[in-house]
Amino acid sequence: MSSAYTLSHLGALEAESIHVLREAVAESERPVLLFSGGKDSAVVLHLAVKAFHPARLPFPILHVDTGHNFPEVIEFRDRQVAHYDADLLVASVQDWIDEGRLVEERGRNASRNRLQIEPLVATIEEHEFDAVFGGARRDEEKARAKERVFSFRDEFSQWDPKAQRPELWDLYNARTRRGEHVRVFPISNWTEADVWGYIRDQQIELPSIYYAHPRRVFSRDGMWMAESDHIQMTGDEQVQERSVRFRTVGDMPVTGAFESTATTIDEIIEEVRVTRVTERGASRADDRMTEAAMEDRKKQGYF
Amino acid sequence: MTADTTDSMELVRLATTGSVDDGKSTLIGRLLLDTKQIFADQLEAIEEASRQRGTDYVDLALLTDGLRAEREQGITIDVAYRYFATPKRSFILADTPGHIQYTRNMVTGASTADVALILIDVRNGVIEQTRRHSFIASLLEVPHLVVCVNKMDLVDYDQAAYDAVVDDFRDFAARLNIHDLRFVPVSALRGDNVVDQSDHMPWYQGPPVLRLLEEIHIASDRNLIDVRFPVQYVIRPHRMDHQDYRGYAGQVASGVLKVGDEVVVLPSGYESRIAAIDTYDGPISEAAPPMSVTIRLEDDLDVSRGDMLARPNNMPHNGQDLDVMVCWMSDERGLHERDKLAIKHTTNWGRVMVKDFHYRLDINTLHRDEDATGLALNEIGRMRLRATRPILFDEYRRNRATGSFILVDESTNDTVGAGMVLGPAT
Repeated sequence: MSSAYTLSHLGALEAESIHVLREAVAESERPVLLFSGGKDSAVVLHLAVKAFHPARLPFPILHVDTGHNFPEVIEFRDRQVAHYDADLLVASVQDWIDEGRLVEERGRNASRNRLQIEPLVATIEEHEFDAVFGGARRDEEKARAKERVFSFRDEFSQWDPKAQRPELWDLYNARTRRGEHVRVFPISNWTEADVWGYIRDQQIELPSIYYAHPRRVFSRDGMWMAESDHIQMTGDEQVQERSVRFRTVGDMPVTGAFESTATTIDEIIEEVRVTRVTERGASRADDRMTEAAMEDRKKQGYF
Repeated sequence: MTADTTDSMELVRLATTGSVDDGKSTLIGRLLLDTKQIFADQLEAIEEASRQRGTDYVDLALLTDGLRAEREQGITIDVAYRYFATPKRSFILADTPGHIQYTRNMVTGASTADVALILIDVRNGVIEQTRRHSFIASLLEVPHLVVCVNKMDLVDYDQAAYDAVVDDFRDFAARLNIHDLRFVPVSALRGDNVVDQSDHMPWYQGPPVLRLLEEIHIASDRNLIDVRFPVQYVIRPHRMDHQDYRGYAGQVASGVLKVGDEVVVLPSGYESRIAAIDTYDGPISEAAPPMSVTIRLEDDLDVSRGDMLARPNNMPHNGQDLDVMVCWMSDERGLHERDKLAIKHTTNWGRVMVKDFHYRLDINTLHRDEDATGLALNEIGRMRLRATRPILFDEYRRNRATGSFILVDESTNDTVGAGMVLGPAT
């Protein structure tokens, strides 16, 4: 540090994120935190706890449960909720399918990714949430690079990239009319390396699947997919045991693992440092289908 | 990613502006590529796209063209944020388009920037657009301006061509308020003086762009003199173990707050002392910008969101009439005298009326059009605003945090204007 009053880059990012969290809560009636169980949402939850300390979290946590989650992620979610004495809401895709409100996709690339959108939007409407926190980062993907920190959604939860509110200085505009809301992304300006560095510095707990572990997997499209009841294997796909870890947390059928022996945070940081493929390119089958995949999903209300 | 996340890295915010043709996207692509922020899958995607378009080199500009609409039109339509890091610094780059209809995006990018990067095509020299970009950087008080004189390869790396552009720019910049001005001759396409020192221009003794960005001293750009702490949120836990806790959460706008300091709560004017500066990680003895902290006072006062802590001998202006510059950002409505708008300033919302419209500024010539009666999209003008209640403010040139505001349409809730306070209106 060059002077006693200078923050490190992680300190400066943390200060900005805490400012965003406080501003959104101060300016909205009914905020909620979307929690996927992934490392980014774990970091946002940690920042939220810091922002309102020593008070309890002033908003509930919302998990969209696809029914295809890794069991380790659900355990992690429940542990975090208990640890922080937080309120948990679950929007269940399985319930919607069982009630006939959603129809399961079929085929080799079937996923419940798109099916998350309706239960999420319905839960936001039902509870009249007007500020919805998410863990998206601008460095993840090209469409996200242009999204605001406070991202306005109309009454259909749609994002209109051409009609975004200008965002200047740290003066955020969270004003909405009834039925509208803002998605708020406190770690917009963090990179993957920043997130890992912060997880190390703050000793933030993560689901165990981020660390290398032995798992029964099979190879598909250059990724190792976890064997599970939720994925159909074709005849020539062979299950074998490998030491793998996951770089992102999504649904079991669409989240690929890669071979790794990194069992500590420092080993993971070193792996991230030398890696040559983006997180999403490496591990999300759904994002690889079309270049504009994310832009399309965001417009419909996906994160 | 090349940089380790070590504690000694410093966060620097950059804004870059340039036209479709002057090589801005290529420069950014080069910075990202050479600091190894571009991953193999991204590089393959742009190599493929370059082949499809029939270009014979990898078009680095494709890296920064985000949305489908932009790819179709071949232009950048909005502010995009990019990230890269060196072992010394971590950079956030606001990448904004340069053509005239997008002044609002340039203003947006410049609002948070420590350093503005401006590109000039050495063959064209200082053009209207260069003047516009430089003026906006100066209006927004971006502390450092780095001018990249690009496409040096197309003039055979000729020093005279470079010097002529530099002289022209200096003549023009003398009319602006630019505190720190630097020039670098580059070829973004060929990589000359972007990351590595060029072999083609031995006459240039200065650092390449990336090293310059690593070395510019930004810590002292902050205002550490005037204590301003806008109260953002009042923390009252209502928990058994914190029954009487009452903390004022916020981000330090300027100045250094210390435990034991006398402070005044505005607008009420009550004085007290700082009893503690709390963070989740424990109490600290001092806080400076941009820290987010929670302050407790020795006395039990009624303080709420929108109030401000300052020092009794150094307070902001407190008034209802503000002399301001506004950049208009709405294509759906204009700004006119007598208009009423919502204003957000620090952590405060209020209402203002446009009282006297003084002039519209031609941002290419700096000519003041005093016959104008209002502003349309992307226009900048000076006016007097009258607020329904007193506002606690400083001059923008002295304090970016307490001298800036946004204007919001009360029926649509859209952000329609961005403003900078010149001072109290008389």
